[in-house]
Amino acid sequence: MVNYWNKEAEVMPRKELEELQGKKLKNLVKYVYDNVEFYHDKLKNMGITPNDINSKDDITKLPLTYKDDLRDHYPFGLNAVPMDEIIRIHASSGTTGKPTVVTYTKKDIDDWTELMARTVMAPGVTHKDIIQNAYGYGLFTGGLGFHYGAEKIGASVIPISGGNTERQLMIMRDFKSTVMTCTPSYALFIAEYARQNNIKVSELPLKKGIFGAEPWSDNLRKTIEDALQIDAYDIYGLSEIYGPGVSVECEEKNGMHIWEDFFIVETLDQETLEPVGPGEEGVLTFTTLEKTGLPLIRYVTNDISILNPEKCACGRMHVRMKKVTGRADDMLIVRGINVFPSQIEHALMQIPGVAGYYQIIVDRDIIDSLEVKVELTEETFSDEMKELEKFKNRIEERLYNILQVRANVELVSPGTLPRTEGKAQHVIDKRSKNI
Amino acid sequence: MENEPGELEKLTKILMDNEINMRALTVAETADFGILRMIVDKNDKCIQILRQNDYLLSQTDVIAVSIPDKPGGLHRIVDVLAKEGINIEYIYSALVREQAIIIFRIDDIVKASTILKKNNVNVIETQNF
Repeated sequence: MVNYWNKEAEVMPRKELEELQGKKLKNLVKYVYDNVEFYHDKLKNMGITPNDINSKDDITKLPLTYKDDLRDHYPFGLNAVPMDEIIRIHASSGTTGKPTVVTYTKKDIDDWTELMARTVMAPGVTHKDIIQNAYGYGLFTGGLGFHYGAEKIGASVIPISGGNTERQLMIMRDFKSTVMTCTPSYALFIAEYARQNNIKVSELPLKKGIFGAEPWSDNLRKTIEDALQIDAYDIYGLSEIYGPGVSVECEEKNGMHIWEDFFIVETLDQETLEPVGPGEEGVLTFTTLEKTGLPLIRYVTNDISILNPEKCACGRMHVRMKKVTGRADDMLIVRGINVFPSQIEHALMQIPGVAGYYQIIVDRDIIDSLEVKVELTEETFSDEMKELEKFKNRIEERLYNILQVRANVELVSPGTLPRTEGKAQHVIDKRSKNI
Repeated sequence: MENEPGELEKLTKILMDNEINMRALTVAETADFGILRMIVDKNDKCIQILRQNDYLLSQTDVIAVSIPDKPGGLHRIVDVLAKEGINIEYIYSALVREQAIIIFRIDDIVKASTILKKNNVNVIETQNF
C-alpha cells in the first residue's frame, strides 16, 4: 500500500493540478504586486499587471528572481507582510558573511509542515516510526523542518541534531530509532564509526534513512544502504523555498516528487535562461504558490537537474526531478555547509604574506574534505618546520572561523599552482565525478 | 624546492655556473616540498642568483663549531647547551680535514656563542669557514 499523507493532493490528475497552479499563480502575482515593492516595480517596468496572468503558461511573462536579490534586500526587504506577522526566521550562510534570510508567517509554517508531512511519508515512514533527526537544529532549516513534519504525522521524533556519533549510536540502539535523517555524508560517517567500534548494524532497529542537504550519487546510496542495512532516500529543498520538503523520493527511488500544488517548477537553459523541455538538463527554478512571508517568483536556484513528468508507479502525479547533478554557480556544499570560494579567497587575502595564488580541492572519502593549497612567499617562508606549521595553523583557524567547516591547508612552493591567462581555476571538486 | 626528480640538479647547476661553492648542506623534506639548508662561500651573490631564479629563500643566522672528529665530540657541546637550557632547532654537520663542523640553529645565538666560547669550544667565525 502506498503511504500518502494527503492522497487527494498527491494523486490529483495533472490537468486539474495545472489548472490549480494557474489559479494560484494569478493570486500570487496580485499578492506580490500589492505587497512587495521589489516585485511591484519590476512588473510595472515590464508593463505587466496581475490581469495579464491567467494560466500556468503565463509564468514565462514573469521576471526571474536571483539569490542576489535576496542579498540586496537583506534582511527583510522582500517580505510581503509586516514583521508582526512573521513567526519564524531562518538563515543560510552567504558569501560575505551576510546570510540569506527567510521569514515565515503562521500560514507558511503550517504549509511547510504539510509539505514535510508528505515528504516524511513518501519514503514509507509512518506514525509508528521513531525518527532520529540528526539534521542541525538552528538557523539551518533542516532540523526544524523535519521535526515539524515528523510530529505532524504522529511519529516519535528524537531532536538529537548533528554530531556526537557515539551518542547517536547509543540512542539509536536504546531508543530503537527506525528512521535516521541527516546528510548522506554523515550517514556514511556513522556507518564507518559503527564498523570501527564493532557495533553490529544488523542488531540496530534502523530501517530507513532520508538523506539530503548535499548532492549525492546513486553509488553512495548503495554504499550507505549496504553499510547500514537500510533503505536510503533522497530529499531536496532550499531555505529560500521553505527548506527541506520541496521534493522527495517515494518508495520507487526513481526521482524526487516536487509538490506541485505548492510550487511551479521550471528548468531553464544555463546560458539563455529560457525554459527547456522535460528530459532536458536545466537550472531548477521555483515559484512559490502559497508563501505569504517571503513569496518568490521564478527563483533561480542554480541547482541543475532534469524533470520527468511521467506518471510514477507510486500513483503520485507530481513531477519528478533527478538527483541534482551540479550547480550553475560556484558554491560548494561541504559536509552540508555552503562554502563559497570567494569566502576562502577573502579570508586568505586578509592574512599577511599570503600570495594571490591558491587552490581549493574538495573531495569525498567517507565525508567531504576541503583542502586549500597556499603558495609560500619570502615573507612567510622559514627553514624551520615549526614556523611553517604555525603559519599553516593560523590560516586553518582563520578559515574555520569564516566557513564553519574545517579546511586542511597545504603550503606549497611558489610557482607550483597553475597560472592562467583567463579565469583561474581556483576550485577542483573531485566529487562531481562520483555524482 | 619542489620534491620532484631533477629539482636539486637545477639548483646545483645554477650554483656551479655562478661559481658558488657550498660548504655545508642538508635537506629537510615535507610531504610537498624540500627545504634546502646550505652554507656557501659567496653569500650575497648566492642570494641574488637564487632570487633571480625564483627560489624562495631566507637568511638564517647559525652557529658553526669545530670539534675533534672522535667519539664524544658532539656530546660535549650539546651537554653545555642543555645545562644552560638552550634549545636547538636543528643541526647539521660537515667534515673538514679531521675536524667535524657542527652547525646549530639556535634562537639566542649571542648567548649560545658566549657560553660555548666560555667552555672553550671552537666557534668558527664566518670568514674562517
